[in-house]
Amino acid sequence: MYVGIDLGSRTVKIAAWQDGELIGHQIRESSFDPHKQSLEMLAGFDPVRVVATGYGRHLAHKHFAHEMITEIKAHALGARHYFPDCRTIVDIGGQDSKVISLDEAGRVTNFQMNDKCAAGTGRFLEIMAATLGYSLDEFGPAALGSAAEASINSMCTVFAESEVISMKNRGVPPQDIAMAVHLSVVSRLVGMLNRVGYGECIVFSGGVARNPCMVKMLAMKLDGVRVVSPAHPDIVGALGAAIQAGRN
Amino acid sequence: MVEFEVKAYPELWQELDMDVERFDKARQMLGNAYAAMYLSQRNRPGKMAYFDTMIAEIHGGRVQELVDAKKEGRPVVGTFCVYIPEEVVVAANGICVGLCGGSQGSIPDAEKILPRNICPMVKSAFGFKAGRICPYFQAVDFVYGETTCDAKKKTWEILDRLVPTYVMEIPQMKNKRDKALWLEEVKDFKAKVEEVSGKKISEDDLARAIKVINGKRLALQRLTRLRSHNPAPISGKDALLIEQIAFYDEPVRFAEKVNELCDELDDRVKSGHGVLPADAPRVMVSGTPMALPNWKLHHIVESAEAVIVNEESCIGTRYFKDLIDEDRKSMAEQLDVLTDRYMRIDCSCFTPNNERIDQVIKEYRQSGAQGIIHYSLQFCHTYNIEEIRIKEACQQEGIPYLSIETDYSPEDVGQLQTRVEAFLEQIRG
Ligand code: SF4
Ligand code: SF4
Repeated sequence: MYVGIDLGSRTVKIAAWQDGELIGHQIRESSFDPHKQSLEMLAGFDPVRVVATGYGRHLAHKHFAHEMITEIKAHALGARHYFPDCRTIVDIGGQDSKVISLDEAGRVTNFQMNDKCAAGTGRFLEIMAATLGYSLDEFGPAALGSAAEASINSMCTVFAESEVISMKNRGVPPQDIAMAVHLSVVSRLVGMLNRVGYGECIVFSGGVARNPCMVKMLAMKLDGVRVVSPAHPDIVGALGAAIQAGRN
Repeated sequence: MVEFEVKAYPELWQELDMDVERFDKARQMLGNAYAAMYLSQRNRPGKMAYFDTMIAEIHGGRVQELVDAKKEGRPVVGTFCVYIPEEVVVAANGICVGLCGGSQGSIPDAEKILPRNICPMVKSAFGFKAGRICPYFQAVDFVYGETTCDAKKKTWEILDRLVPTYVMEIPQMKNKRDKALWLEEVKDFKAKVEEVSGKKISEDDLARAIKVINGKRLALQRLTRLRSHNPAPISGKDALLIEQIAFYDEPVRFAEKVNELCDELDDRVKSGHGVLPADAPRVMVSGTPMALPNWKLHHIVESAEAVIVNEESCIGTRYFKDLIDEDRKSMAEQLDVLTDRYMRIDCSCFTPNNERIDQVIKEYRQSGAQGIIHYSLQFCHTYNIEEIRIKEACQQEGIPYLSIETDYSPEDVGQLQTRVEAFLEQIRG
């Protein structure tokens, strides 16, 4: 059995891989001690080889992982497992978002990451949901209830938050504001996609891919493109790392 | 951990009217950073010892030399750009010192006065003077400024209140009349240096100076050629350090020491001994210059087991790729070839600037690199925008390419690591 571990900024994800199949996975909060957390999670498995990815990959490599790869490569490997022909991946994680472009063989040819700020990341959605009083799970479905075309102009999290508050005070219905927040993230993603280039099918991975409004709006703004998601979008990176473990 | 100490010279600093207490803290931080980034490297050439000493003595030994030179009436000129006709200063028996502008530490001092959204190099450099935390800045007779970008051009006006700042107009095109303008500027500069030194520069003086600076540039060219071998005989970090020291060391001694190091590297190349195995990815860096002590990108790349083999930068090949013909006899002819040489610098301030695009591709081939990282500082508009054309040229040539825009703060190091490592994965295939 091979194990991939993705030490993200907010969660630790583990995927187990054997004979070309995903045979198990686990997701937990990173906690204050992601190292200890990882070891506890690993204890349930008995891998011949562990590959680490994510923000904590250096630490993991130093202490227990046999190898480390970047999230970029991990997502490429993981996404291709589910969609062998895909050439474009969008990953929205807690702290950063990425757009990855692959060649026919699945090798990374180009990628983009958001810069220092949180706009366009899972964190951004989280803050805006909280400002509007939604839980993360409610946020997307609520936005889908809107038919309006309100918009948020600011890309900066701090300014966007005050924009949201003033819309609320003006009496704009919360689902319309929620839709505006989603559209602002999507327009940022589309900008990154345009810079990197994209194919007919985009794999959407990372936790935000479970948000139905994000998926729908992304597909709508990229007319004619298929936006697909694997069953467990959060563990695509961990799965990619596990596949890498199986390669060596 | 290995210890490294940048030596303290409190009396000398006092004499130079520095903020001694604050500066002493900066000194300790520099020492720690140097130990962590430099002394921890594996397989370092033995002859790096001289350059380590140059850093240990950066706030003392070398500064003392400048102060002594000044007592003999020799002019000391602080610079920020490779567009300074260094030969003219050396001809007057003077000294050029490249001033630092690569540290996060001095930026808050600058931001008390300057706007925040200008490039970190200008802010860092200005902050060193505003906070009185750079002995070189305190020791210079005047600072040489130029008009290569708006941030610098306008900052010189403010800097002039703190230290005399002499500004030369750098043309931004390369037509005949631009060269004529530059020649006039060089003549004025010569008069200025003659005035400060109280010495008329003769043809012989200039001829000697041209030889001296050519010697320094030849040594650096040799170092660059040696880096093109695989496995690389020296790390990119060490080479960058040498290129940075080139701006403040005594030029004859410096050339000698670089050549001694190159002899050692020659032996390494012959015996196939490198700093990393031959299959380590080889990367070239192109873009905005990295003023001392800006080692951020090199450190990130080389911590990921890759090696940087070339800097297409003013702290790099742009500084030394061109020499000046040594056989001209009359002052007019000498100034003519000197002007020509400077007009070949392909700084991004020029338009059009096709030479630079071609030069990047040429250096990529010569260096045996496997990919290019374009580096620009935040708010450095000319490099940031010229990056578009470099990227297109790389795409056309099928060269793996990554563009990075950053500043001196540590905030984005994690993200840069991910991007650099992903780029190296791309190269490794
Ligand atoms: S990049 Fe341009 S402005 Fe900067 S040192 Fe080089 S020549 Fe001067
Ligand atoms: S880095 Fe760019 S913006 Fe900054 S001083 Fe140099 S040329 Fe100007």
